[in-house]
Amino acid sequence: MIETLMLSRIQFAANISFHILFPTITIALSWFLFFFKLRFDQTGEPVWMRAYRFWVKIFAITFAIGVVTGITMSFQFGTNWPKYMETVGNIAGPLLGYEILTAFFLEAGFLGIMLFGIRRVSARVHTLSTLIVAIGTTLSAFWIIALNSWMHTPQGHEMRDGVAFPVDWLAIIFNPSFPYRLTHMLIASGLTAAFLIAGISAYRLLKGDDKKAPKLTLKIALTVAMFLTPLQIFMGDLHGLNTLEHQPQKIAAMEGIWQTQKGAPLLLFAIPDEQQKKNHFEIAIPKLASLILTHDLEGEIKGLNEFEGNHPPVAPVFFAFRIMMGVGMLMLIISWVSRIQLMRNNVLPPWLLKVLVAMSFSGWLATLAGWYVTEIGRQPWLVTGILTVKDAATTIAPANVGLSLAMYLTLYVVLMVAYLHTLFTMANRAVEIEEITEDEKVKPVIRPTTANKGE
Amino acid sequence: MFEVDSLAVIFVALMGFSILLYAILDGYDLGVGILLPLSQPDDSDTMIASIGPFWDANETWLVLAIGLLLIAFPAAHSHIFKELYLPTAVLLISLVLRGVAFDFRTKAAFSHKPTWNKVFKIGSLLAAMSQGYMLGMYVMGFEDSLAAYAFSLLSALGVAAAYAYIGACWLIMKTEGALQVQAVAWAKKTGVVCFIGVVAVSVVNPLINPDVYAKWFAWPTTLYILPLPVLCFALFAYSQRQLKHLPAINDKGCWRPFVAAVAIFSLCFFGLAFSFFPYIVPGKLTIWQTAAAPESLSFILWGVIIVVPVIISYTIFSYRVFWGKVQELRYH
Ligand code: HDD
Ligand code: HEM
Ligand code: HEM
Repeated sequence: MIETLMLSRIQFAANISFHILFPTITIALSWFLFFFKLRFDQTGEPVWMRAYRFWVKIFAITFAIGVVTGITMSFQFGTNWPKYMETVGNIAGPLLGYEILTAFFLEAGFLGIMLFGIRRVSARVHTLSTLIVAIGTTLSAFWIIALNSWMHTPQGHEMRDGVAFPVDWLAIIFNPSFPYRLTHMLIASGLTAAFLIAGISAYRLLKGDDKKAPKLTLKIALTVAMFLTPLQIFMGDLHGLNTLEHQPQKIAAMEGIWQTQKGAPLLLFAIPDEQQKKNHFEIAIPKLASLILTHDLEGEIKGLNEFEGNHPPVAPVFFAFRIMMGVGMLMLIISWVSRIQLMRNNVLPPWLLKVLVAMSFSGWLATLAGWYVTEIGRQPWLVTGILTVKDAATTIAPANVGLSLAMYLTLYVVLMVAYLHTLFTMANRAVEIEEITEDEKVKPVIRPTTANKGE
Repeated sequence: MFEVDSLAVIFVALMGFSILLYAILDGYDLGVGILLPLSQPDDSDTMIASIGPFWDANETWLVLAIGLLLIAFPAAHSHIFKELYLPTAVLLISLVLRGVAFDFRTKAAFSHKPTWNKVFKIGSLLAAMSQGYMLGMYVMGFEDSLAAYAFSLLSALGVAAAYAYIGACWLIMKTEGALQVQAVAWAKKTGVVCFIGVVAVSVVNPLINPDVYAKWFAWPTTLYILPLPVLCFALFAYSQRQLKHLPAINDKGCWRPFVAAVAIFSLCFFGLAFSFFPYIVPGKLTIWQTAAAPESLSFILWGVIIVVPVIISYTIFSYRVFWGKVQELRYH
């Protein structure tokens, strides 16, 4: 059932793409919050508390969307990929199970105290709860990335009658691509959160907010971004080398290399053409791809011709890879320019603030692009060498999958609009505190923004 | 280390434990959502504040229950969710809407608050009803017949009423003043509907499933399990009597209806579990036919043995932190 397969793929991709946006922010934002709270405990400076209060509210909505879209994910495996669990369930199950046991409960259990318990527990217990939530989100990433990496580079199992059985759990968890993928993902999360914080803080400053908190958070976010971008580029390079070893066809698609060659060029731009097996409109730097990937100007790189009928679709992988790298380079330039400006003049010119606002969600773009490279790049395999996507699909009637897909897509559009709108409403409200205070007098209801009254 | 057969039993017990905890915990918070009086925004705020610190952790029990089904009985997981594909989608979307409404209602533009309250209420209701519908279809063995759909719809209403009932009992415990009085009235009404629902399911279930009938009405088993329905009736009666005297002076006994509701939920759950064990897909697949590899199950079992007690202790800690009557939800 071709339509069911296609619809299931689109639905899975849509759901996971939407889900990942929110954890990507919360994984790192929770560490930022822990840092703000810790500094407040140490110094007693109110500005740390204000930074904490503003961002903890954004954390709360982001986390909520992450959780509810995550619940959707946990039903997906059975509903749309029944064969997946039947074939590799013995491996995937326990990894997902450990994620639930060690990560989800930890986050959810302490979230209430972190968000609403500040007056009910001591400062130390509250800070500890914030730390535990941060640890929980990071553990979540650890387990799910372990599973995802295992699907790319499976090891530590044995096949009996077409079903995978675990042999060595440590080998399964610490499979060859896991360290690279996890580090790259965690740094991606750090960058996404840093640019979000920088962007929203810049937005507040542009709106004439003259408080200390947005200036402080802008500075911290830019400092973090300045260090993380080069690190991410370095890790990305290592990740690519690892992929070259285990999934050379993916690298060939990323680099747009059709014929196996020595001294392969780095393509800055091209339009890959799968029919003619060549690129149009190439802009290339000679020999650079070989240098990057093999650390040798004349190094040999396998072309797509070696993987006839067994390589991923080229164009999406090729373009997604360039989007990710492009955003990475932009992040590098912008974070360094802004941070140096800030160091010299203590303020940023409005144009630079505007650039930062424009970059608020650049982390999302790069993260999604990166995941598309990874996931489309492993086609036609779902689990490399063990199970293809085609074989895993469900047999539910296409009309049902179509209906559920339409419902999800509508929901996501609504949520995205509401999320972005709310983020900026909150930023505006933080700028215009006085208005709120008037409003509060009329109706003393629970309204978190009172938090900013003192600023 | 562990044998396959006993592992399957251990895991189905664990799964049952998390389903029951989920039904109780998310049951009361979905119930509070169902009862939300849209015309009284202040009461809505208080009611939502009463579940604010808990709802996320409550839903995690659903994730664990579904996770355990997926991990331990993968074939049953695919079978069940293939049958329940669309109700599952409705459930998930309702849970998403409700979860985000909880956060958006206080943070979006003020003028949007009533809309998000509505979303919260409708999401809660739909989530409860889709769970009830799924339960109904499960009990009916996923039959494709008019009777099955009718019964499932009835079960949808029953579960919504049951959640509203435990939600009302929760509110009696957590609120004071006029809202508490209102909650007592809600609990009385929904308690009756819930009672009718329980009776209906108990009658229909053995009638349509010969296996279930044989199990319940086999001498001397009947004698051993008789206390189950009897206790359940007694608890309903006890709860209604208590409700007559609430709210009492000094708020004495405000927790009794909630405890009774928890006990009723547990008894009903044991009744159902007894009816179907060892089948995990009624009439088709047993737990032993669907269990995953023992290597995998023992690996995860160690995690369960170590982690679940920790989870339970910090859950208790969190309930103690937010003990007593509701206060405003504040981030500071
Ligand atoms: C802020 C986000 C971000 C940024 C700026 C970058 N990446 Fe990335 N990249 C990701 C976010 C990301 C990701 C979403 O997190 C991925 C998907 C899977 C993963 O672990 O990381 C990823 C995957 C990914 C892969 C695919 C790995 C595979 O084969 O499975 C490679 C080779 C790179 N990255 C390389 C780079 C390079 C050379 C970058 C430098 C410019 C770069 N990434 C910037
Ligand atoms: C870490 C956990 C992840 C797991 C276990 C996972 C697993 C899967 C599975 C089962 C499929 C379906 C098979 C297929 O169509 O290829 C898939 C495809 C896909 N995933 Fe992932 N995925 C993960 C993370 C992500 C993330 C975070 C994204 C995006 C942000 C993503 C994007 C995609 C896309 C776009 C496809 C469709 C590829 C295609 O069909 O051409 N994945 N993944
Ligand atoms: C197929 C893959 C995935 C599944 C089945 C899945 C499942 C879930 C579930 C059920 C939740 C809700 C937990 C709760 O109740 O508290 C959740 C939340 C979360 N997930 Fe995923 N997830 C997947 C992919 C990912 C990926 C790729 C990441 C990140 C690298 C991730 C990171 C998180 C985090 C950090 C949370 C906590 C909520 C938040 O921070 O917003 N998940 N996920």
